[in-house]
Amino acid sequence: MTQTLHFEDVRLGDILPAWTRTTDFMHWNRYAAVNDEFMPFHMDDEDGRRAGNPAGAFGMGNLRFAYMLNALQAWIGDAAEVRELTCRYRLMNQKHDELTVVGRVVAADLVGDEGQVRLEIDVTNQEGESTCPGHAIVILPRRAAT
Amino acid sequence: MTSGLETLITPELEALKGQWRATTWSPPVSASDIRKWAIATWWPQTPPPLHWDEAYAAATRWGGIVAPPDFNPFAWPIVRIPLAPLPSPKGVKLTSLNGGQTETYGVPQRPGDVIAERVRVQDFRERQGRFGLMLYVDVETEWTNQDAVLVRRRISTFVRY
Repeated sequence: MTQTLHFEDVRLGDILPAWTRTTDFMHWNRYAAVNDEFMPFHMDDEDGRRAGNPAGAFGMGNLRFAYMLNALQAWIGDAAEVRELTCRYRLMNQKHDELTVVGRVVAADLVGDEGQVRLEIDVTNQEGESTCPGHAIVILPRRAAT
Repeated sequence: MTSGLETLITPELEALKGQWRATTWSPPVSASDIRKWAIATWWPQTPPPLHWDEAYAAATRWGGIVAPPDFNPFAWPIVRIPLAPLPSPKGVKLTSLNGGQTETYGVPQRPGDVIAERVRVQDFRERQGRFGLMLYVDVETEWTNQDAVLVRRRISTFVRY
């Protein structure tokens, strides 16, 4: 990952390159292993149903959060940084869902010396449904400063 | 389900609002844990070398390996200090789900860092939803590093019903 996105290269309406994962227990269990997140409703279909999801076990919201961070990192590169990310979990991540991080630039402002770019961001499923809408703020290097 | 209940807000929950719990500290962050976190969250793609290749990372603005912003240094403690459960009305067992979160990031975590954590109930509210009466509790978690510099502030909204 060596590309650098500069503040001057961003325009309102720019689209975040799509970042996709098809998730199931193999992804959830890897995440559970590193985050020590073994909630029963992420591990077992019966517990998932008891928690209100008729399809059974469901994926971690935190993993979708990581996917959004990763999509942003893949776009902005190592010289930039994510300053803020927020989302509201609207739909559950079901087994075998194809999740795609989508985003669009809605503001780009110089705040002091910082190039701040704000995006609307979401993770959609294979039906195109919004699962966790939110926003992100990334700080991009300025071309003149590099 | 919470049908028949007039409120899920208890005096015990009211008393928690705004009160920081005692600070806890993580074990030192390890490069290996950062690598594994990056592998798990980027799977099946090879994660960015910033998180596992010291030579590469040393040539970036960060000067060395840094963790992904969401990396959790508190996973897998030797001694588990159970989180005090959020209070519920007597005799009621509530399901608690992650309703959403806002994370603000300061400096990145690096191998060797020791992170301090403090947590408080920031706010709560309730309303009728598809599972009956539902309680939304905002919990603020603040992480600072060994130099007392902010690493991350998270506001998690737990949905309880």
